[in-house]
Amino acid sequence: MSSNNAEKTSSSVQRSVQRIVIVGASLAGLSAAESLRSEGFAGTITVIGDEPHAPYDRPPLSKTVLTGWLQAEHTTLPQSVDLQAEWLLGMPAIGLDLGNREVELADGRRVGFDRLLISTGTHARTWPDLAQAALDGVCLLHTRDDAARLRARLAARPKRVLVIGGGFTGSEVASVCRELGLAVTVTERSATPLIGALGAAAGAFAGQLQRAHGVDLRCNVTVMSLEGDESGRLRCAYLSDGDILDIDVAVVALGAVRNVEWLRDSGLAFDSRGLACDAACRAFDINGIVTDGIFVAGDVARWPHPLYGGELLAVEHWGNAVEQARTAAHNMVSVPADFRAYKSLPAFWSRQFGVNLKTIGLPSFADEVVLTQGSVLERRLVAAYGYKGRIVAALTVNMARWLPAYKAMIEARVPFPPVLHSPDSSAELRPVPAGFPPHGQTTHSANAIKTGTGPSTPPPEESSTSDKVKDPRVPPGFQPK
Amino acid sequence: MIQQSLYEQVLDYANRANPYPLYAQLRQTPVTRQTDGSYVVSTYREIVSLLHDPRIGSDFRKRSVHDRPPAGLSTNKEQAFKSQVPEVGTEASASNEGSETEVVPSFIGLDPPEHDRIRRQATWPFGPPHKPGRVADMESELICLANRQIDTMKGKSSIDIVEDFAYPIPVTMISKLLGVPPEDQARLHALSEAIIEGIDLDPQKSQEERKRRQEQSGQTFKDLEQYMEALIERHRKHPGSDLLSGLITDYGPDGPMAQPDIVSTASLLLIAGHETTVNLITNGMLTLLRHPDVLERLRREPNLVIRLVEELLRYEPPVQILPNRVALADITIAGTIIQKGSPVILLLASGSRDPARFHDPDKFDPDRRDNMHLGFGCGIHYCYGAPLARLETQIALTELVRRLENPRLAYDQPPYRQSATLRGPRHLIIEIDGVKD
Repeated sequence: MSSNNAEKTSSSVQRSVQRIVIVGASLAGLSAAESLRSEGFAGTITVIGDEPHAPYDRPPLSKTVLTGWLQAEHTTLPQSVDLQAEWLLGMPAIGLDLGNREVELADGRRVGFDRLLISTGTHARTWPDLAQAALDGVCLLHTRDDAARLRARLAARPKRVLVIGGGFTGSEVASVCRELGLAVTVTERSATPLIGALGAAAGAFAGQLQRAHGVDLRCNVTVMSLEGDESGRLRCAYLSDGDILDIDVAVVALGAVRNVEWLRDSGLAFDSRGLACDAACRAFDINGIVTDGIFVAGDVARWPHPLYGGELLAVEHWGNAVEQARTAAHNMVSVPADFRAYKSLPAFWSRQFGVNLKTIGLPSFADEVVLTQGSVLERRLVAAYGYKGRIVAALTVNMARWLPAYKAMIEARVPFPPVLHSPDSSAELRPVPAGFPPHGQTTHSANAIKTGTGPSTPPPEESSTSDKVKDPRVPPGFQPK
Repeated sequence: MIQQSLYEQVLDYANRANPYPLYAQLRQTPVTRQTDGSYVVSTYREIVSLLHDPRIGSDFRKRSVHDRPPAGLSTNKEQAFKSQVPEVGTEASASNEGSETEVVPSFIGLDPPEHDRIRRQATWPFGPPHKPGRVADMESELICLANRQIDTMKGKSSIDIVEDFAYPIPVTMISKLLGVPPEDQARLHALSEAIIEGIDLDPQKSQEERKRRQEQSGQTFKDLEQYMEALIERHRKHPGSDLLSGLITDYGPDGPMAQPDIVSTASLLLIAGHETTVNLITNGMLTLLRHPDVLERLRREPNLVIRLVEELLRYEPPVQILPNRVALADITIAGTIIQKGSPVILLLASGSRDPARFHDPDKFDPDRRDNMHLGFGCGIHYCYGAPLARLETQIALTELVRRLENPRLAYDQPPYRQSATLRGPRHLIIEIDGVKD
């Protein structure tokens, strides 16, 4: 098709598409709105968000906002162009009527659309005991308001902070505590921190890093309960190793839960793993039929990636929210012949304990990992992840400049372990098991995972014991009767 | 005469003024093997890919001994100079093997992990996070310096941008940064010039001539090292706020830099700080005079200078070629296998004009938004002095354009320096109607 024809068809799509509604006013929603305008979409854009704030940036919330370097309210994302959008903020969507093509809002209003983007993201998993969760001093960290509250707690210099869950959020909070000179305990149900995202081999390195920085890290340990004083202030925590910790702040960092509840009666193919969509970001319905005009992007989506065995991926990364939203926006105003497939490699970064960690690809897909460059001792290294003899991901610690080379290797499906002859690699590469735990063994969740093939695969954890295993209070090795 | 390869034509001085059509021809074949066994890479994607490839090294000592040096390989700064000395001919490399072992390459010629450590040590007293204001704090002094130089042009109708302006600014600033006393600047300038002259290997010149010049510049380099050793001793006893004192006394988590590394790092910074920015400023003024509409815009919109300098780094970069890489393993790229041990020559300036990467690449367009140029390279050897080079050039061009009245080229085109690698005019004579206050 000539570019002239493409312009004609896409303008004919744009004529039939007058109203676009975006549910979810965070990074993905904003990126989509910006892309729609730069694609030349001239109709109405309505952005619906449950938080009262304009879209803001989340990565600083667990880093510079907590140290006090950046104020929580200064995380608002810049908007480079005037989007001419209608913003319905502080107004949760509570339902989706596919037949009438309407979104239902909490105040009863109904907003009609020609095209819909679902980018509702996730929320933080809460502490399972509601009374304990309500104690003064028990914190979550997901929103900007959460971050402002936790910052105020840390600034008051508590005698000890308990971080429940050694995933990325928990580890970054612990890192900030040490930077502020605060005593901190991290409990992690599995064998190492970051195990869900990086595996046990890299997780062991993360654990060493934490201990070297003075974190009281307790692996294979859970928090059985939290206890308050008469006035409802958090006082202590009972750990599964028998210890009782005197604390005044506990940060519940148990991973994220997808915001799909509002889709309950919509007929779309969603469950706890997210909302299934195809490579063009179009949502599937419960019969596995791709919908017309309903698109998905960001943390809430699960979509098929060509490099990972047809598995649908669910990725909670910053870059994924931006790129997938751009692809969705393009497809929303294009005819199918001009659709783009979303096949970006997952990429992630974290800053903790003085090191810069970055990943490319999907480490949790791997069965083996190998140190390819640098050294553990120097805390500068690159590790490659392999699955059945090909490279599928890489992790860098303070060596991010090498990532593009590994990205190319992953995309080219080169054999694992990769033979580099790099000047800073050891003569012989020694792959070790990557060490990803079975589902439900960690207190945190991996922030990029495969979630089964096709829109109709049942979740793997559907068994009678699943609720017990998922409960973060249950110690490791628990055998249900 | 034997038919020259395209790359030999690039090195040929006859094509110094405009190598870009040759680059365009070279890009028809992204990776070409030269008769001497080296590989020339000319396309953006392949250059970037190799600069991020762990199988590419910068340490000349890892080149396979059987490979002859590339014809007329003109090389980068002082490391390259050192790398060339043992490679002039096979006897030279054999006889030099013993005596040259004590030479410590500076970080530009090292591979990880040594490179990474020394570069971190060198960065500690130079930039963020430890010294975030090091470059930014030089701004007011740079503005004064540029204006002092422009003041000397008062009453003249013809000036040489190179001698009267582009040289004194970077030379003064790098000396100041390193803590070289003003009375020594002229001497160091001469040493640096001589070294650059010597490392430039023109394939047209006879091997004897090239060897003679190299030996000469080898002696000059020893003089420079001796000077640096004495200077370091002085700063060790009486540390100041300069970078050299910082390297010696104010070290970070990697510990103090070893004395030989300080000598080679300081020498590298001195030479690199001399040549490249001089050419960037001169290329900048030349380009502006060839695009009078842009010059006029810069006069009206001084903020344009930020993006203008980036476009300059893409369009007329002072470092055209990275000749000092080596393949540490067989590398398959663009359908070619680069054999282990082969020298790899990356034509950065060609990559920055690659139409597969940049829209309308031969147009000088300071409004260009998508401009990930290769002017400072990329990967782990990305230009250390980039922040300083940017600031110097931004200020130099802004002040020139602001104060010179009706500047115009006395003649296009100016005479060029010998080097194809560090390319720039030897003189740039312009005519002016006067100098504003």
